[in-house]
Amino acid sequence: MKKKNLFYAFCKKHGVVFALLALILAAALLFPEFASYGNVTNILNQNSMIGIISLGMTFVILTGGIDLSVGSLAALSSVLAAVLSPKGSLAIMILVPLAVCTAMGLLSGLIIAKLQIAPFIATLGMMMAARGIALVMTDGGVSVSVDTGVAETFRLFARSYLLRVPAPVWLFVLLLVTGLYIARRTRSGRYVYAVGGNEEAARMMGLQPEKIKIAVYTVNGLLAGLAGLILASRLGAGQPVTCDGWEMTAIAATAIGGTLLSGGRGGLGGTAIGVFIIGVISNMINLQGSLSSWWQSIITGLLLLFVVMLQSHARANGTGSTEIAG
Amino acid sequence: MMDSIAAKNGHTCIDWGQNIRKYGTIYAFLLLVMFNILFTRNFASMGTLWNLTIQVLPTMLTSLGMVLVISSGGIDISVGSVMAISAVTSGLVLTGKTPLLGTDTGMAVLAALVVALVLGLFNGVLVACFKIQPIIVTLILYIAGRGIAQLMNNGGTIVFYGNTFTEIGLYRVGGLVPVQLFVSILFVWIIAFLLKKTTFGYYVQGIGENGKAARLSGIRTAQVLISVYVISALLAGMAGLFECSRASCADPNAIGQLAEMDAIAAVAIGGTSMNGGKARIMGTIFGALIIQLISIMVNMNNIPFAYSRIFKAAIIILAVYLQREKRR
Repeated sequence: MKKKNLFYAFCKKHGVVFALLALILAAALLFPEFASYGNVTNILNQNSMIGIISLGMTFVILTGGIDLSVGSLAALSSVLAAVLSPKGSLAIMILVPLAVCTAMGLLSGLIIAKLQIAPFIATLGMMMAARGIALVMTDGGVSVSVDTGVAETFRLFARSYLLRVPAPVWLFVLLLVTGLYIARRTRSGRYVYAVGGNEEAARMMGLQPEKIKIAVYTVNGLLAGLAGLILASRLGAGQPVTCDGWEMTAIAATAIGGTLLSGGRGGLGGTAIGVFIIGVISNMINLQGSLSSWWQSIITGLLLLFVVMLQSHARANGTGSTEIAG
Repeated sequence: MMDSIAAKNGHTCIDWGQNIRKYGTIYAFLLLVMFNILFTRNFASMGTLWNLTIQVLPTMLTSLGMVLVISSGGIDISVGSVMAISAVTSGLVLTGKTPLLGTDTGMAVLAALVVALVLGLFNGVLVACFKIQPIIVTLILYIAGRGIAQLMNNGGTIVFYGNTFTEIGLYRVGGLVPVQLFVSILFVWIIAFLLKKTTFGYYVQGIGENGKAARLSGIRTAQVLISVYVISALLAGMAGLFECSRASCADPNAIGQLAEMDAIAAVAIGGTSMNGGKARIMGTIFGALIIQLISIMVNMNNIPFAYSRIFKAAIIILAVYLQREKRR
């Protein structure tokens, strides 16, 4: 009996890892081209943007909040980079979009923490506003190409390789490791968990939930801006209507990774795995060829359902948390 | 403070903070209307009035469902997908792609609503019986539902002309008043009645205030919650029917896009707290009107459409800020 419980607890704790491994194994067996260098790099590369956004989203969700604005912010960032490209300065192209997105993240945080408006509403507003600004800057949705003068150098941002791995993937890994370190080893990281677990208790302990909330939304804005830059660099253009629904994918990845949307429990490791579970499924549907792309949303939905049912089952059995610390 | 001054002076004094929190949405709507009468050309015409009416009705229906869900302490981001699925269902029946059901208009409506009901049951059962957070449950349907709607007709738009369904959709009573208005008023009345006059309404708001207390005091929270999500899905299904009957086609990609965000915004502008509790029906209706009015206003003044999103964002934040309940 005890042994079974231990096994059960082990599976539950690392369930998502097994799910990803099983998916990869199935994909490798079904599609010979899955394990090729080109395909694996492609999966990693495509999902690094969603991955970067999901890291920020995880911190936001850990505080018990939510951020719907990230997709729009990424689109805005890509548009800003393209619009500023005729100036011919890479620094401006990179720093201004990042600064704008960070500022808009900060604004979300301020609205949530100081005006005490529900995160869903505040970031819904920011989602509309950022998309609106992106559309206004491009005459209602026309894609803007990056100026030819800097296009070649700007492309390198997403297309340079280190040890045959593309730069965005390295960036994602670097951010993941930093995030894990912050979440597990630093005071502010633990404060995020404390605020999400019980805000009143955190306040009584002398923490300042407002500051922590403002910080997580600001960081999330910055990361969304970064993802937008990678996209602009990959496409060689800024597209105001792109990144639609990225916020929902990021939220789904976070939830699949075992982070509770009520806050306080979960972590970045699970989220990273969640991102790649969604990514591998989408890749498998591509490789399969005959299945239409809308199957991807159906399968992602079913998977999410499966994961939350498992979590609910675990809670009903009183086996406690699905915590992945950090 | 205000109360004590009023009491001392012995005459009533209007508490403006209280007043704005209570009727703020209506004031905001009236202000917007006045502004438009003064500054927007051709605004004060019957054409604009009926335009506003017909465009706002789907948003109004979804936000009616949403106000129930939010006041029960939940959220429903699946309404757009439900709209698409039920619209496509009715389209499939009308074009004879479901041989068993015939191509009758009544059957198309019934099939669409039954599908919506099933989707609502799915949401409700997962929220109430499996205790999964509403936002995740409805996120599942939001993601998968869009795919299901697209799959149902292989992603294509179903076009249907010249049948009773579209005739009803385009019919105007007395040549002016769209028939959907009467249906919507009926729904507003039903939801208002449910919330204000029945125990069900008090249960919903009670669960939103304090779910645990509601359960301990003997309310069958599961039944109430399931009903709430079913009602929300049914209203979304109806909204989907409105949209596709007016357009004479069902486009699984376009119908209900961002409908959930408009509905949530309408509820928030209307002064219902996102944390659940008291539901404000009138506020929600005016919230939906405000959202639609901004779109029309931007259109009629030849401002690029994109600006309407920025306006909407500012108005949502401002409205919610002014009406928020003081914590602490």
